[in-house]
Amino acid sequence: MLTTALVAVPPWVFIGLAAFATYRLGGRRIGLLTLCGLLFLWNLRLWQATVETLVLVSLSTVTALVIGIPVGIWFALSRRAWRTFSPILDMMQTLPSFVYLIPALPFFGLGAVSACFATIVFSVPPVIRLTALGIRNVPSELVEASDAFGGSTTQKLFKVQLPLALPTIMAGVNQTMMLALSMVVIAAMIGAGGLGRAVWQSIQRLEAGAGFEAGIGIVILAVILDRSTQALADRARPHGTA
Amino acid sequence: MSRIVLEGISKIFGSKQAEGVDLIKQGKRKAEIAAACGAVVGLCNISFDIVEGEILTLMGLSGSGKSTLLRCMNRLVEPSCGRIAVGDVDVTKLGRKDLLAFRQKTFGMVFQHFALLPNRTILSNVGFGLELKNVPVARRTEAAMQAIELVGLKGWEAKYPHELSGGMQQRAGLARALAADAEVLLMDEAFSALDPLIRRDMQSELRDLQRKLKKTIVFVSHDLDEAVALGGRIVLMKDGEVVQIGQPEEIVARPATEYVARFVEHIDRAAVMRVGQVADRSAAVLAPTLTVAEARIRIAGEGGDAWLVADDESRFVGCLRADRLAAARPEETVASLLGAGSDAVVADARLDAVLARVAAEGCVAVVDPDGRLLGAVGSRDVVRALAAHSAESHATGHDADYPETSILQTTAGAERWTGPSRNFPSTRSATKASTGSPTMALG
Repeated sequence: MLTTALVAVPPWVFIGLAAFATYRLGGRRIGLLTLCGLLFLWNLRLWQATVETLVLVSLSTVTALVIGIPVGIWFALSRRAWRTFSPILDMMQTLPSFVYLIPALPFFGLGAVSACFATIVFSVPPVIRLTALGIRNVPSELVEASDAFGGSTTQKLFKVQLPLALPTIMAGVNQTMMLALSMVVIAAMIGAGGLGRAVWQSIQRLEAGAGFEAGIGIVILAVILDRSTQALADRARPHGTA
Repeated sequence: MSRIVLEGISKIFGSKQAEGVDLIKQGKRKAEIAAACGAVVGLCNISFDIVEGEILTLMGLSGSGKSTLLRCMNRLVEPSCGRIAVGDVDVTKLGRKDLLAFRQKTFGMVFQHFALLPNRTILSNVGFGLELKNVPVARRTEAAMQAIELVGLKGWEAKYPHELSGGMQQRAGLARALAADAEVLLMDEAFSALDPLIRRDMQSELRDLQRKLKKTIVFVSHDLDEAVALGGRIVLMKDGEVVQIGQPEEIVARPATEYVARFVEHIDRAAVMRVGQVADRSAAVLAPTLTVAEARIRIAGEGGDAWLVADDESRFVGCLRADRLAAARPEETVASLLGAGSDAVVADARLDAVLARVAAEGCVAVVDPDGRLLGAVGSRDVVRALAAHSAESHATGHDADYPETSILQTTAGAERWTGPSRNFPSTRSATKASTGSPTMALG
């Protein structure tokens, strides 16, 4: 549904908005890169596929963050939880990504939902890990300062720990997004649409040219998403700590 | 209200809490407990009172438990047993919620490495304690600005901590504790990370603030000179126990143990001792009504640069300089010879405050707070006071070891080497700057 809505937006409006947003976020170079990259994809008649991929990646990333950040906070505050579940995170990251396609199928069937599920499972570990790491690395003297002035656990979390962990958490967001994007082609095997399907089809039909075009599309998308989330992470950094 | 009472505070680190507490109650010491059950004792049965409005320094080398004791007071470290009362509140019995509220109300803390939030401006950092209390923004800003002005940071409130020097950051840290309007300030090695010069400025400013605001301050330090400069009582700790409590001059004059004696042997005695301790109370006193001829007879055979003049109620009148007496005609009265401008000092003034006057005037009169003459401090008295300690240590200790060629001799020799210069004020600042603190020499 989100896909149809976004596809209905005229591409030039969408591209203009995206370019402006990235320009405001990270400066002229990223804005220009977004503008040229997306115009190029439109020109290749890959617009619909690009939007589908964008939606798949964004949805998976947002869901992964909604799950991952609270879990990361929990791991940071509870040593026992960290010790219990850390091996599971290791396993999630080291299992070949194809494996996640198998359990997804019987539950959700072929299609975008299964693809999303597999993508989320594969991409959630970095944000959990980096959230936990960021919070644990907040200097103990600062945490103690909050305690000494009578801050409750919640106040401590929201006024001290999370703000100071934000740059690290943003690095986790970036990693998670990149992992989600790397699942695009694999997810296409179980019916996800978008650029991934274009690549997967051209592999099956041995159309090197079309495959290359879609592949470049994924790269362009990756660069845009990576740069803009990095710009976001830089903004989260406290002043003066370069 | 904010009188703090500590009763039998002990802290055992690690898992063997119960066994450790039992052993402490049997009167065992740190080393014995470690040998008996392996428990690490952080604090061992500590009891003392902190008077409202005093500035108290917890002193000791690293590992002596001073920071742990400080954190027990607001229960950042949970004591294993014992009782802490602030005013009529038993801190050790507070539940979690009450404890948080009590910390907000009663304690302000200043940290060694400032602990300012890097993502907030100075203003926002200073208002942090009030923010945790959910004070509305307008009142929070007002109180924070007042505190910022108080510590002399006005104009810097919109900056971020990294834009300030270390000394200014610690001022901000102090302002944060003051803005919360807590009754007790807990300062954990607050000035240890600062340069020696800035440290000295901060010490005197803290003393002025304390005089103005009448807060109770508990200051943790490993630097004896700092403890002396802050000017309050000192609690000397070793291995989690209190070794001695008292004013600096009491500790220097009457060290309770060999350890304390070693601890204070490098101290600048002039900064600690009071003129009342040093004054020569048998100095000749002349009455202002005497004639010069009579006066010459009174002081015949006594050397000196000047003589004290006091009336029959032993009120100090002035100093008579020897050269004036010599030049005067015999029938003049002593009163007519008195030079102007030589005031007496009160007995509890520090010795280093009068050194310059002793050098210039030859002798300074010492009076009690009511103006009654107690005696005089002359250059000979000063030298005697400063030399007293070196004389003791030379007589009792190291000289005897000197001829022997043993491993011990090298350490004795090293201490001897620092001996002659340790009491000279002029070299004190130099050694302080290079070694950081005199206590380091204890090794």
